[in-house]
Parts: sequence; structure tokens; C-alpha cells
Amino acid sequence: MVKRIPIVENILGANERLAVKNRAALDAAGVFSLNFMASPGAGKTSLIEITIRNLSEQLHLAVIDGDIATSLDADRAAAAGAIAVQINTGGECHLDAAMIQAALPKLNLRMIDLLIVENVGNLVCPASFQLGTHKSILIASIPEGDDKPYKYPGMYRGVDALVINKIDLLPYVNFDMDYFQRGVEILNPDLVTFPLSCSSGEGIEAWVNWVTTAIEQQRSFVDYRS
Amino acid sequence: MHELTVTENILEIALCHAASAQARRITSLYLVIGQLSSIIDDSVQFYWDIISKGTLADGACLHFQRIPLEMVCQACDHRYSPHGEDFACPDCGSTKVKPLAGEEFYLEAIDVETDG
Repeated sequence: MVKRIPIVENILGANERLAVKNRAALDAAGVFSLNFMASPGAGKTSLIEITIRNLSEQLHLAVIDGDIATSLDADRAAAAGAIAVQINTGGECHLDAAMIQAALPKLNLRMIDLLIVENVGNLVCPASFQLGTHKSILIASIPEGDDKPYKYPGMYRGVDALVINKIDLLPYVNFDMDYFQRGVEILNPDLVTFPLSCSSGEGIEAWVNWVTTAIEQQRSFVDYRS
Repeated sequence: MHELTVTENILEIALCHAASAQARRITSLYLVIGQLSSIIDDSVQFYWDIISKGTLADGACLHFQRIPLEMVCQACDHRYSPHGEDFACPDCGSTKVKPLAGEEFYLEAIDVETDG
């Protein structure tokens, strides 16, 4: 006998269930967490370094670094003053919740205020895999071109904040900011956006303030619940 | 791309439901994939043929239902399917728009053979 079994189950549901567990572990330890996503070369590691340098006096920071093969990025995060854990994905194009679950026990979460997860440089796959982090941050950069929101709608739709890095290069590159921001607005209305330059330091203060405010809001939310 | 991971997940969900139904064999799987989900059918099929071998789903047929992107304009309520790269409202030009359909990514059903 042949019969049809209705299922209607999210194909990536197993990943999402693990992400929920990761979030619970982070919340229980009072850790606020960010997932940095971007194309290769947009400035994820540079933004991590500059964020660490601005916050390491007042907060304990940790970085989980996803990379295909090397530990170059984790080394830079450690040199800047954070505790760094490297995940080598062995060719996988994104981090997933299981990789984060495996990395979390390597950190003493109770001692950490802010955890930044640096995803694999890729504007497609990381958008599909929740990790359990509190906020997803997309780092765009001027030399990538102004058409990226139109070409990678999935990535631009799912994020909580957008950093536009390398604004010091605007005079040298054909980048129509209005066209770029129109594309963002269509996909993610009222998305909070930080134009900045990790090289010149311009715009960094607004970004750092947003991170510290987000941490405070998370703490008061957790306090309220407990 | 992550079609291998996706295909493994599809197999796992299907096998789990087939086992609960005490099925002898899975003959068909019905997938619903929105236009905004970045998955290539041929690639999923390629991995499927490899990883389903020797399981209850060996030889099962994958059916892909593709859901086109459908947007609604929050300024004028116009419903439309965008053409090309620009998702803005074609009627009033507003960028205050949101997708109604096209983000689906789920296994809707499977067909199984049972003894009963």
C-alpha cells in the first residue's frame, strides 16, 4: 500500500533546534553574542580588532573564528586582546549551529561579556544557518560595489545591523550610495547602518556605542526574566 | 553552496517520518523551495542519488515545487512578482515592500509503501 505522509518540516530545522540550545547556553552565562558575516575581504577581522581595542578595558571579549583552513584571523583577534577559538571548517562554506556548540565549551563563558563569531567569508550560505547568536551583523565594503543588496537578497534580508566599511575609499571607487541604500531599504526596512572606516577610524564610535547599548539591553532583559 | 548539508537533512527528516509510519520504502519526496532560497535542484538530486543508496529512500523521486517571489507594497497594497533585480513596487515606486511568498524551504510530504 502506498500512502502519503504530510510532514511540512523546515529542511534546516535540526540546525535551528541546535541554535536555540546555543542561545540558551549563552543567555545562561550572561554572554551577548554577534555573528559577523561578509564577503571575503570586507573587513570582518579588522572590525573585530577595532571593536576589541575599543572595548577590552571595560569588557571581557572572546572570538570564535570560522575559516576554511588557517588560524590567521584568530591570531589577529588574540593579538588585539580577545580570547580566540579557531574553527576550521575544512572547506565548508559557512558555520553552523553544531560547530558553535562544539566550540562553546572551549570558552569559559561565565568570564565573557561579548562573544563575536566570525563566519566564513561568503554572502550566500551563512545566511541560511542560524548559530544562536543574539544579533547578525553584515559587513559590506565600498570596493565590493553598490549592487550587492540586489545580488544577495537573502543575506541582506536576515541581518540586524549593517556596517559599511572602507568609506575612506568612496572618492576613488564608483559606488552609488543612494542605489546601494535603496537596495537595502527594499530588503530590510529601517535597518540600522554604520558607515565607517576601520583604517581611518571614522564612524567607529557610533558602532562601538551601538554594541555597548545592545549589551546593556540584553543584560536588563535577562535580569528582568530572571 | 551547501546542497550536501541540505540533502542530508532532507534524507534524515524523511527517514525519521518513514520509520514512525513503519514504511517499507519511500517512493517520493515533495519539497517546497522559495525563489529566495539559494538551492540548486540538480545539485540536490546529484547528492540525493549518492546518499540515499542503501536506505529506505533508495530510488525515491524528488519533486521540487518552486514558489515564485511575490511581494506586497505597503504604500499602495499592490501585489506583484518582481522582474529582474529591482524589488521596488512597479506601480508607485515605493521601497516599503515585503515578500508574501518566495522564502519557503521545507519538506511538505513523502509517499511511502507500507505492509498494511
